[in-house]
Amino acid sequence: MRIACPLCGERDRREFYYKGAALVRPAAGAGLDAWHEYVNLRENPAGPLDELWYHEMGCNSWLKVTRDTATHEILAVQLAAEAGLGGEP
Amino acid sequence: MRFSGWRVLKEGLTGNKGWTPHWRDPEPRTEYDVVIIGGGGHGLATAYYLAKEHGITNVAVLEKGYLGGGNVGRNTTIVRANYYLPGNSEFYSHSLKLWEGMEQDLNYNAMMSQRGILNLYHNDGQRDAAVRRGNAIINQGDDAELLSRDQVRELAPFLNFDNNRFPIMGGLMQRRAGTARHDAVAWGYARGADMRGVDLIQNCEVTGIDVENGKVVGVQTARGPIRARKVALAAAGRSGQVAAMAGLTLPIESHVLQAFVSEGLKPIVDHVITFAEGHLYISQSDKGGLVFGSYLDFYSSYAARGNLPMVEHTMESFVAMVPAVSKARLLRSWGGIMDMTPDGSPIIDHSPIDGLYLNCGWCYGGFKATPGSGHVYAHLIATDRPHGAATKLKLDRFRSGHGLMDEEGTGAQHNLH
Repeated sequence: MRIACPLCGERDRREFYYKGAALVRPAAGAGLDAWHEYVNLRENPAGPLDELWYHEMGCNSWLKVTRDTATHEILAVQLAAEAGLGGEP
Repeated sequence: MRFSGWRVLKEGLTGNKGWTPHWRDPEPRTEYDVVIIGGGGHGLATAYYLAKEHGITNVAVLEKGYLGGGNVGRNTTIVRANYYLPGNSEFYSHSLKLWEGMEQDLNYNAMMSQRGILNLYHNDGQRDAAVRRGNAIINQGDDAELLSRDQVRELAPFLNFDNNRFPIMGGLMQRRAGTARHDAVAWGYARGADMRGVDLIQNCEVTGIDVENGKVVGVQTARGPIRARKVALAAAGRSGQVAAMAGLTLPIESHVLQAFVSEGLKPIVDHVITFAEGHLYISQSDKGGLVFGSYLDFYSSYAARGNLPMVEHTMESFVAMVPAVSKARLLRSWGGIMDMTPDGSPIIDHSPIDGLYLNCGWCYGGFKATPGSGHVYAHLIATDRPHGAATKLKLDRFRSGHGLMDEEGTGAQHNLH
């Protein structure tokens, strides 16, 4: 599996650290349910999934990677900073 | 049909014409007391204990493929109870005791082999952890022995004792642990459940779960709708998708775990051996193949195959631990889909829907749990109370943060287990 880092180009999977589903962060004051959902609950699809990968042995960027969990095909890669995952401050 | 030495002799002398199928192939009825989704080890064991322990025989096990064709058919067959953390510890202790009586109970040869598991340690910190774990195991009533380097060398002289990075200092041995024939475990439970009246329905994918007014009333299947008073999930890696049919989102990510078998070799590995630094575990099958594996691939996957980086890591660890096998050829490898929870421990609990039960989150340790899982799950389904050995395997521990069972101490976070 190779991931096309927007800054470094296509790199081996071993350069990246996997964090899990890329979810929009709830507001700091959001209730327990919203945070429980964000931290623990997962849609867990067999198909395209938005994930966070960290280019640990490259440019140190966090990436939002859309990957098919059934075929391992990488469908899209975007800098997480530009993906709007931070949510409300 | 009961198996016995006399029966084997008789069949041998009469052309083996008297053997019959081990279970019926019934048409699904329109209604059951309990429908179990998933005909793997846990689902079949649950059906067996529902019938045997609780007299509930109006039960169907629905399997989308064939019985035992999921993770119970693709694992490394290790059975053990060397856990440390309360919650897991008593559960696996319960499960190991059931393993020990299972073959007699089922009248089925599951090739249960208590060859012992040896967890090697390589530094002072790991030795201290092994001592602490060993004491905890002894306190829960199971067996553990701390072995010195020389004692380990006597048992397993083929290990690499002079590895500069990971010298073997000793090991923690549990002699009652071992391996069992994974397919036969599924078949034994299937036969036992069938003999007690449970309908085992194969090629019957569940496509919907019917819920009315917060209560489960049945399931939709590829072979028509089936009404049920209680519906019990036992779908392992597909738990997330099955639960989604009832509108539930579980704290589960499905990941792939690879395992490998070498070509058949003469007997060299007499025990199950784990190598702490590389998280490698090996045993030798009765056919002679070395069965081994290491980490998850560590990303969500429904592909029943892995990727090469973990293959490479596993081979490196294996050769570092047992240099003599470096010329052995790899026969095959496979991947199983693991239902990973954030804390690496399972869930056996009610769901928020009345009459719908959850048995999931076995992570990479479902096989050794098979009898225990079935036994305590049947208890929960029959009595609506958790069994004493499974009081901590609760769904709400993730929401509340109380009672998280992070056995490895790596943190209760999805990508760490």
